[in-house]
Amino acid sequence: MDAIQKGLLEKVAGLHEIPEGAYNIRANGGLGGRNTTANIDIVSKEDKPGIDIIIKPNTKNESVHIPVIISESGLNEMVYNDFYIGENADVTIVAGCGIHNSGDENSSHDGIHTFHVGKNAKIKYVERHYGEGEGTGARIMNPETVVVIDDGGYMEMETTQIKGIESTVRKTTATIGNDAKLVIRESLMTHGKQFAKTDFTVDLNGENSSANVISRSVAKDESYQEFYSNIRGNNKCVGHTECDAILMDKARVVAIPEISANHIDASLIHEAAIGKIAGEQLIKLMTLGLSEEEAEEQIVNGFLK
Amino acid sequence: MLELKNVSFKVIDEEGNEKEILKNVNLKIEDRFVAITGPNGGGKSTLAKIIAGIYPVTSGQIFLDGEDITNKSITERAKMGISFAFQQPVRFKGLTVRDLITLAAGKKISVAEACTYLSEVGLCARDYIDREINASLSGGELKRIEIAMIMARGTKLSVFDEPEAGIDLWSFNNLIRVFEKMHEKINGNIIIISHQERILDIADKIVVVSNGEVTNYGNKEDILPSLLRNENTKFGCVKL
Repeated sequence: MDAIQKGLLEKVAGLHEIPEGAYNIRANGGLGGRNTTANIDIVSKEDKPGIDIIIKPNTKNESVHIPVIISESGLNEMVYNDFYIGENADVTIVAGCGIHNSGDENSSHDGIHTFHVGKNAKIKYVERHYGEGEGTGARIMNPETVVVIDDGGYMEMETTQIKGIESTVRKTTATIGNDAKLVIRESLMTHGKQFAKTDFTVDLNGENSSANVISRSVAKDESYQEFYSNIRGNNKCVGHTECDAILMDKARVVAIPEISANHIDASLIHEAAIGKIAGEQLIKLMTLGLSEEEAEEQIVNGFLK
Repeated sequence: MLELKNVSFKVIDEEGNEKEILKNVNLKIEDRFVAITGPNGGGKSTLAKIIAGIYPVTSGQIFLDGEDITNKSITERAKMGISFAFQQPVRFKGLTVRDLITLAAGKKISVAEACTYLSEVGLCARDYIDREINASLSGGELKRIEIAMIMARGTKLSVFDEPEAGIDLWSFNNLIRVFEKMHEKINGNIIIISHQERILDIADKIVVVSNGEVTNYGNKEDILPSLLRNENTKFGCVKL
C-alpha cells in the first residue's frame, strides 16, 4: 500500500496500520487485505462485487473494519455488502470510503450496505466519506444503506462526510421491529460547487420501536444540499427527526422532514432549522480572543463533531 | 486602568431619527471593583459593549493602560486583556463547556483546571464539563458558565453585564459569594453592571449612568446611600 492509500485509510477508518480483528480492505476495486476471526467471517460474493460479513450470535466487543480506498482516476464501481449480525451480538463496524483523484476522469464508489440486525443484537456502525486529489476529475459517492432490525435490536449509525466529495446521494431505509431502536447521526459539510442529498426513510413497524435521526450539516461556498427524511409510525412507537444546517457564503439548503403517523399510539416529532452562524456566537468567541475566522471554524467544528 | 474620554454613541432609530445613547462620557476606572448602575435604557449595557469593542464609538477615545484602543477590534481588545460577560449568554450547538473554557483560557488546560473554574461558580464540574452549551442548560447555569469563562481568561479587565439578570434567588446568593471571592482574589479591574444593592455593596466605586450620561461617580460609601434613598435618580429597583 502506498503513501496515498495509507493516508486515505487513516482519513476514512482512523487506521494507521492494519487493524486488529476482522477487516476487509478494498483498494482500487481489488482486495487489499482481509482477516477473519473465530466469530466474524467475511466472504466474497460470487455473483456480484461485494462481501458478506457474518457475525456469529453472542459475539461481544469485536470490531470489523471494511474501508474502501480509490487512488486511480477513472475508476467507477458498485459494491454490495451484506452484514448479518447474529442474535445478542454487540459489535462495532467501521466502514468508509476515501477517493484520491489526481486525474481528469471521474472516480466513483457506489455501494449498497444491507444490515440484518438479529434479535437483541447491538451494533454501532461508523461510516466516513472523504475525497482529495488535485485532478479535475470529480469524486462521487452514492452510498445506500438498508437496515432491518429484529425485535429488541439496536443500531447506532454515525455517518460523516466532511470534505472532498463533489456529488453524493445518501439513501437510507430502515425497518424497525418490536422494542428495537435506531439512532442515526449524520454530519455533512459541502464546499465549492458540491452537491449532497440525504434521504432517510424509517418504518417503525414494531411495538415500542423507536428512531432518532439527527442530521447536522454545513453548506459553504456555492454548494447545495437536500435533506429528506420520513419517519413512519406504523405501531406504538416514538420517532424523532432533526435537521440542523448552517448556511455560509452562497450555499443553499433544502430540508423536507416528513413524519407519518399510521397508528394511534405513534408519537413523532420533526424539527428543522437552517440559518447562518448567529452574529452573537461569533462575537462571543471574539471576546475570548479569537479572530472572526477562528470563531467560525470553532463553531463549525463543534457543530459537526 | 481604563479611561473613556468624551465618548459618544449615536444610532439611527426606526423612524430615521438620530438618537444619542451615550453623551460625552468621561470616566476613569482605576479601582479594583467598580459597579455601574442606573435606570433601564440609560446606556449601561451600551457602555459595556463600547468597552469590549462590540459597538464602535461615534466620537471620543478609549484608553487601556494609556494605550488608545478606540479603533481596536473585539479580538484585539480581548487579546490586550479585556473580558466581557454577556447579559444573555450565547448558546452553541455542539460546543461543550470544556470547549469554551479551554478557548477562554487560550491554551490547553487539564480537565482538573477547567473543573476548578466551574467549582468556583458553584457548579458540580463533573456534571457539566462535557455538556453542550445548548438549550438544555438553564439561564442560571449559563450565567455561571459565562462567569467561569471570565475567570479562566484571568485578564486585567473584566466587564460583567448584569450577571444577576435571569438568575433565581437561590443562585443569586451564590453569585454574590462568587463576586465577593473575585473581589478578594482578582489581580485586575472588574466592572460590573448591576441593579442589585448587594452587588453594589461589594464595589469600591459606583458609577451612575442615566440618560446616556454619567450622573454620579464616587466611593460606594458616598453613592450607595443616596441611591437607596432614591435621590438624584429616578429608579426604584435597587433592592431585591
